[in-house]
Amino acid sequence: MMEQTQQQTSIETGPQRIRVLPGSNETAASFQFDQEDHTLGNALRFMIMKNPEVELCGYSIPHPSEAKMNLRIQTYEGTTVYDALEKGLDDLMDLCDVVTTTFTDTRDDFAASTGAE
Amino acid sequence: MAPARVSQTELDARKIVGVNAETVTNVSSTDIPGHYPGEDHEWDLEDFRNTFKVKFHKHQPFDCAFSLIGIDASIANAFRRILIAEIPTLAIEYVFVHNNTSIVQDEVLSHRLGLIPLTGNPAGLRWLQQYRKPTDEDPVGSGVQDVNTVVMKLKVECTKADNYDELNKKREDDPRLLYKHAHVYAKDLEFVVSGRQDTFFSGEANQIKPVHPDILLAKMRPGQCIDMEMHCIKGIGADHAKFSPVATASYRLLPTISITKPILGNEAKKFARCFPKGVIGLEEVSRSEAKQKGSGYEGHEGEKKAVVKNTFKDTVSRECLRHPEFEGKVKLGRVRDHFIFMVESTGQYQSDELFLESVSILKEKCASMKRGLAEYTR
Repeated sequence: MMEQTQQQTSIETGPQRIRVLPGSNETAASFQFDQEDHTLGNALRFMIMKNPEVELCGYSIPHPSEAKMNLRIQTYEGTTVYDALEKGLDDLMDLCDVVTTTFTDTRDDFAASTGAE
Repeated sequence: MAPARVSQTELDARKIVGVNAETVTNVSSTDIPGHYPGEDHEWDLEDFRNTFKVKFHKHQPFDCAFSLIGIDASIANAFRRILIAEIPTLAIEYVFVHNNTSIVQDEVLSHRLGLIPLTGNPAGLRWLQQYRKPTDEDPVGSGVQDVNTVVMKLKVECTKADNYDELNKKREDDPRLLYKHAHVYAKDLEFVVSGRQDTFFSGEANQIKPVHPDILLAKMRPGQCIDMEMHCIKGIGADHAKFSPVATASYRLLPTISITKPILGNEAKKFARCFPKGVIGLEEVSRSEAKQKGSGYEGHEGEKKAVVKNTFKDTVSRECLRHPEFEGKVKLGRVRDHFIFMVESTGQYQSDELFLESVSILKEKCASMKRGLAEYTR
């Protein structure tokens, strides 16, 4: 039962929270994220900037009372902004996994070492 | 172009944020492809796995301190922001006032109730889902169910103590002795089990209860009473601070101090006093140092010199930069990718679990956006 309810929450997608703003092409586009802020904006901006095929990446929150975050990506020829964004999201998820495992291991070691005293 | 070879000293120097008397330098990270001609800096998961380090300093259930080393500020800050504002916790949200004849007004008492940190069986708290409030677009919301609402009751009445007359004769003036329920505490809140909640929250240890039983909610006198029913729901700190799972979640960068020219004798003692205890130590200049030409120690054998002992304790007060005698002898800084986190939980979850939860929420955000992107481009 517990597993079932947890799955329901993760599958529950709700309304579309991402769209491309007008005036985009394959190598330059602005994405608008609904209900997102600096938390995802800055982290994602950094991960996308780490991609050498990306010429520019930046984010802004156009107005503080609107829960919207705009992300601008411009890539070099030979790739698309969609690939760059997807790679950024994938890399960020990989990073989270590494942080989780490293943190858990260190915590357990620390707990074991202090508990043994 | 062949990848440029960069020495480790150069790489270490790039990580230092300069802290001067009135300015701060080298604030932004520069490990981005294209910043240094010929250098790589592309995201490399294996490289990150090898260089990323965590160090624990304090590991108590509700108070935790640890360092994340080798991570960018944008990511560390995302974790901190999620800790404060986006981890769902349980708190009182709706209060139904059946009767309140105490002098605390309904809305004031309700607000106080909302701020009480609650705790209970962690598995049960995870099992609970977020309650969706009715809105104009969605007039029903998720509805009140056992899986999203916890019911609590507060029913107290102030009466005279059994031995009131006796105490009164003795001129006793402590209302807690003279009356029953003169003070209403958080421990007077009573958990009411509903539906499937009994599988998680049954028994003294597992039931939903305040973290601190002795929070004073109201004071009463005989004849006054409070009768309320409360609905607790899961919410996030972004909506209301009462839902924030942490009292504080903050980080600071590890300070660095480099003594570039010798600081000797009484000056060394004064220098050490510019810092918190244990940051700067005093050591004797050894014979070999005194012999070394150009070291600045010539002829000072046996004198005390200032050495950096433990920068972790430093507060970077910059006091040493105010004294002209230390000018040009010391350089203060901070390590840009060494974040010392301090996570203090309010008691619903343990501090270390909260951090792990923040990581998984960031991952879930990415996954949700990836699904949205796939949907959009399909």
